[in-house]
Amino acid sequence: MLEVRVARRLGALDLAIELSLDRETVLVAGPNGAGKSTLLRLLLGVLRPDAGRVAVDGAVLFDGDAAIDVPAEERRLAYLPQDYALFPHLDVLGNATFGLSALDRRERVRRATGWLERLGAGHLLDRSPSALSGGERQRVALARALVRTPRALLLDEPFASLDPIARRQLRASLSGWLREWRLPALIVSHDPADAELADRIAVVEDGRVVQQGTSSELRRAPASAFVAELTGTAAAVPEPVP
Amino acid sequence: MSLRRANAWGASQACASALLVGFLLVPVAALVLTLRWADFLDGLRHPLLLPALRLSLLTTGTSLALVVVLGSLLAWRIARNPGRVSRWMEAITQLPAVIPPAVAGVGLLLAFGRRGLFGGWLAAQGIAPAFTTPAVVMAEAFVSAPFFVQAAIAAFRRVDENLLVVARTLGASPFRTFLRVGLPLAGPGLVAGAAMSWARSLGEFGATLLFAGNLTGRTQTLPLAVYTAMESDLRAAQALSLVMVAVAFALLFVLRRMAPGAALPAPEARGA
Repeated sequence: MLEVRVARRLGALDLAIELSLDRETVLVAGPNGAGKSTLLRLLLGVLRPDAGRVAVDGAVLFDGDAAIDVPAEERRLAYLPQDYALFPHLDVLGNATFGLSALDRRERVRRATGWLERLGAGHLLDRSPSALSGGERQRVALARALVRTPRALLLDEPFASLDPIARRQLRASLSGWLREWRLPALIVSHDPADAELADRIAVVEDGRVVQQGTSSELRRAPASAFVAELTGTAAAVPEPVP
Repeated sequence: MSLRRANAWGASQACASALLVGFLLVPVAALVLTLRWADFLDGLRHPLLLPALRLSLLTTGTSLALVVVLGSLLAWRIARNPGRVSRWMEAITQLPAVIPPAVAGVGLLLAFGRRGLFGGWLAAQGIAPAFTTPAVVMAEAFVSAPFFVQAAIAAFRRVDENLLVVARTLGASPFRTFLRVGLPLAGPGLVAGAAMSWARSLGEFGATLLFAGNLTGRTQTLPLAVYTAMESDLRAAQALSLVMVAVAFALLFVLRRMAPGAALPAPEARGA
């Protein structure tokens, strides 16, 4: 269970978002500049909310009133940025073991290879990230995050940097994995096709959640032009040509 | 572009290149070509050489270590916390690069000399740096720090912010993130900056002369020894100069070889 209530002003953006995720996948959709990536940074602990409360499985990560602000390295939230951010100076195994420095070397390697194999990247151990395809990078980045048994998963535009074929394949794989892991997962995206991954969709515009629900609920009564566009209600005809 | 104009453009590039490269090469070549082997061996036995060489290696090594350690931390802070304070700190660290070295020497004297701003306070602690070996280190650190700090800031700025955020989410403290991600990725840039900075401090003359003096064995570094030898014996000065050139080339070579990230592609070439 991931409970989020955060407020933060940042330049022109005035963000105030409340979200609650059970062991489910929620798609946070919204136009560029709506505050989606800022939301992730607030949750990760690399940007401090002005006020609010963030808790996961009963553990408080941030509480503005109680002056609790758990540092990013102790939050145990898995984060996958858009380009996957594999460490270019380490090979695949070095990347996957990065988060396990507390363990001895044999156990580190055992766990990391275990996850790499489960995600279909077990044959890449000594490769350099620069020699991987986009899909392979995503698998390695997922393994690197999951070896630490995170409490929740935060994915930023997980398929934006892939070609259409890899995108379809990985979306299908990720969909299966998410069902299997049953972690609270937050996927930030502006691609309507990513809705198929999610149990629910939360639409963010101008720093606020304007509508939440399943994709069919959103389709039935879109609260804004963006929601209509997202769910395809407004786009029975292809993009209007100016 | 017409063929004739293209030719003229090509010809002017060729002329300019030949002129400048030639001008930069000739003095270095003259150092080598105009010296007879016997004179060089004589020069090597010059009494000023060994103490000056030893002192130069000791002081530039110390100032380089100081500049690299303090400069890395400062550059990391500036690169990772953009803002007014960082901009000011960056501007201040660039000052010594544009101040003439002699002026730097006067400044150091007025700050840390016996009658300087902090001279009285330092003397009360039993410290009088002016005209001692530590003064040489201070002068060298002062003039060479900008070269390292500037290169380090640029190298740290090129490190992708997302890599650092991911490292934090993988359990790395800010310090470990700096150590395991920031330093290795900025490695080649840091080494290049250290090399530039070291070369600058090895050649340091004006600030050292004014703030530390020219005392054999204590404050007389290689450039000062060259200057002193010049007054009596051009051949000896030339031999000393050649030793300096050789030391500089050798150390630059070693430094590049030792570069922890030298196997990495150049920062500009590194893709996403």
